[in-house]
Amino acid sequence: MPSALVADLEAALAPARVRAEPLAMTLYGRDASVLEGTPAAVCFPESTAEVQAAVRIARAHGHPIVPRGSGTGLAGGAVPVGDPVVIVTTRMNRILDFDVEDRMAWVEPGVLNLDLSRAVAHLGLHFAPDPSSQQSCSVGGNVANNSGGPHCLAYGVTSAHVLAIEVVLPDGSLAMLGGLDPDPPGYDLRGLFVGSEGTMGIATRIAVRLTPVPSTVRTLLADFTSVEDAAAAVSGIIAAGIVPAALEMMDAEITKAVEAYVHAGFPLDAAAILLVEVDGRPAGTEADAAAVADVCRANGARTIRVAADLTERALLWKGRKSAFGAIARIAPNYYLHDTVVPRTRLVEVMNKVYEIGARHRLVMMNVFHAGDGNLHPLIVFDRREPGAMERVHAAGTEILEACIAVGGVLSGEHGIGLEKRDYMSLLFGPDDLDAQARAREVFDPDGVCNPAKVLPAGARCGDLQRVPEGAWI
Amino acid sequence: MDLTAFAAEVGADGPVVPVGSRTQWDVGGAPDPDAREVKAPSGIVAYEPAEMTVRVRAGTTMAELDAALTEHGQMVPLDPRSADATVGGVLAVGQSGLRRLRYGPVRDTLLEARFVTADGRLVKAGGPVVKNVSGFDLCRLLVGSLGTIGVLAEVVLRVQPTPKASKWYRREGLVDHRTLHRPSAVLWDGGTSWVLLEGHPVDIALGWDEVEGPPALPRYRRSLRPSKLPMLTGRFVAELGVGTVHLHDPPPLAAPDRPDLHARVKELFDPTGRLNPGRRVA
Ligand SMILES: Cc1cc2nc3c(=O)[nH]c(=O)nc-3n(C[C@H](O)[C@H](O)[C@H](O)COP(=O)(O)OP(=O)(O)OC[C@H]3O[C@@H](n4cnc5c(N)ncnc54)[C@H](O)[C@@H]3O)c2cc1C
Repeated sequence: MPSALVADLEAALAPARVRAEPLAMTLYGRDASVLEGTPAAVCFPESTAEVQAAVRIARAHGHPIVPRGSGTGLAGGAVPVGDPVVIVTTRMNRILDFDVEDRMAWVEPGVLNLDLSRAVAHLGLHFAPDPSSQQSCSVGGNVANNSGGPHCLAYGVTSAHVLAIEVVLPDGSLAMLGGLDPDPPGYDLRGLFVGSEGTMGIATRIAVRLTPVPSTVRTLLADFTSVEDAAAAVSGIIAAGIVPAALEMMDAEITKAVEAYVHAGFPLDAAAILLVEVDGRPAGTEADAAAVADVCRANGARTIRVAADLTERALLWKGRKSAFGAIARIAPNYYLHDTVVPRTRLVEVMNKVYEIGARHRLVMMNVFHAGDGNLHPLIVFDRREPGAMERVHAAGTEILEACIAVGGVLSGEHGIGLEKRDYMSLLFGPDDLDAQARAREVFDPDGVCNPAKVLPAGARCGDLQRVPEGAWI
Repeated sequence: MDLTAFAAEVGADGPVVPVGSRTQWDVGGAPDPDAREVKAPSGIVAYEPAEMTVRVRAGTTMAELDAALTEHGQMVPLDPRSADATVGGVLAVGQSGLRRLRYGPVRDTLLEARFVTADGRLVKAGGPVVKNVSGFDLCRLLVGSLGTIGVLAEVVLRVQPTPKASKWYRREGLVDHRTLHRPSAVLWDGGTSWVLLEGHPVDIALGWDEVEGPPALPRYRRSLRPSKLPMLTGRFVAELGVGTVHLHDPPPLAAPDRPDLHARVKELFDPTGRLNPGRRVA
């Protein structure tokens, strides 16, 4: 006998697109983080009207709602808390329209990031934000998390590539935020919605900006015998007035792991390697590539390899993007952190990360967006080992504290979600959090859209938030 | 003046109007003449070229900021109409400069803001690093808010390397901006086009007439979908690829979708309506 909630959802959508059986509860109870919860029901709308119907039904039955894309989020943003209806956008995956004149496209939220770029490649265009998960994450999820990627150093994160968003608000009504013209009237609600992690409504249509594919690209691999030298080269490149298209760093442990897996020809004895890409018009690109090589050499680079062709470039990038896959061969579990520190403090913080790892008997690896100061310490461990999870969490907390101590922030691209919400007070005082709570209240006065996410309980008086058992927050 | 003293000066009651250098004073209408004027503190607080960020008090003029950055071959591409304009005023008005096509809108430049709320509290939004998704993006809400939801006291801005070379070109007719690689600006007045290219001297060489700079811009602005610009008639200067049109006469007032949501922003951040009364964010 389905519950009244499920029956109503089935009547509004189609019975096959509403699920509440134990398997669905488990599958949609988690995302790519280590957290889990339980939904009241899961539904798969195919249109804006169906999203509105699902929201209204959930509210009528007293349930909150949780928007969900592909579930690749790493901060527990789509993990259901408070017995919600999970609204999954995977069936809303059509590219509705694109306009070559305006270099933009209207897409449904469930379109996969890479599918969008593939669909417009024949026009010489692409969607610039390129998270490592781009084969599987949705544009809606990118918008909700303001996701980044290697090429966001030069091209900007998701927020710089979103023009307009059609949103179903938590009361079921529709709003169009932003617009296709450069300065839509009113406050910048589009800008506020991007990165709101599903707490301000459900994006049902998104107008994205498309970027021309650059005419010339040079990809360089530089290897260093110390992390300090590699980090100094990062600062040196930026200080020399070059903003590379991408500037990524891998430390010794991860380089070895990746090389054994991908065979990209990465030096096995390097302390750190930098993957640098410059692009643009031919003369500027050649000049930048030469300048990058000079800065690397001046900072002690042992060898500099320039990708000879597209195949070699693809191989170098495959090495970078396969890092997580490579780790799976070393240990059964890894915990990926995501913080940002001022670029000039990278070495100091990396050394601190290694020290924290040693103290907690955990292996630390680093593969990250060095040009942005966006550090991704990876804690490699075996969950079956007694007490391992506790040590991982303790080390994680110390890493966050170390980053904030040097003027860093909690997250550069994965978001706060459930994972880091109780760390928000490391970064923000009560008055700062109150202002953020007000911003959310503009869209969701009742706190029913993705409850318990981003802001800690009590950020604004009167809110009461429950958190699932066993969740690390 | 430190930030706490400035917060105390803004205080918690009575109408106040934040004043920069009054270069964009007419945007959004005249302020209530009875409102008490407050001026944000000025001065550059911290600047590390290798971070490509600068922390600056909101009352600092753009001329002063530019001078400090130029010394290190860097810039903030805000391009205000007047060098006297203050950083706070430029952000509060939120109008992007002519190089938006390449450098993006003003809102992409603001990384962190310390602002004074309607009840006199000093609040921080965002963070001092170039990439940050820790919490909601209140900086976006503040840019273009004309001082109606908070008074900017101090900000962290993203800076850029100054291009090695830059040149303005002119040519008759409508230029297709998509045939140029990342132009900084492409203008069209219905007859003539102007193009600003910045970068490596070889890359920006173009066989057109070189000119000193852009044409004089009429004072009013209107925002249009970029592909609509070629249909424009009358007297104007349009930013191709962007959609901003500079006009001699004020354009019709536009209303946002769901004005109730915008009104709620004001209510939640300034319940008594004391911040910059009389001004409208339209
Ligand atoms: C191997 C791997 C590599 C990764 N690499 C990167 C990387 O390089 N850069 C990066 O930024 N991230 C990365 N991520 C994290 C993740 O892929 C991104 O955050 C992605 O944008 C999430 O998209 P999703 O569709 O999976 O969203 P989900 O996980 O389903 O949801 C994420 C959040 O968005 C909300 N949401 C989803 N859809 C909507 C919608 N339509 N409207 C409103 N809210 C919505 C959810 O409520 C949730 O809070 C990686 C993840 C993995 C597993």
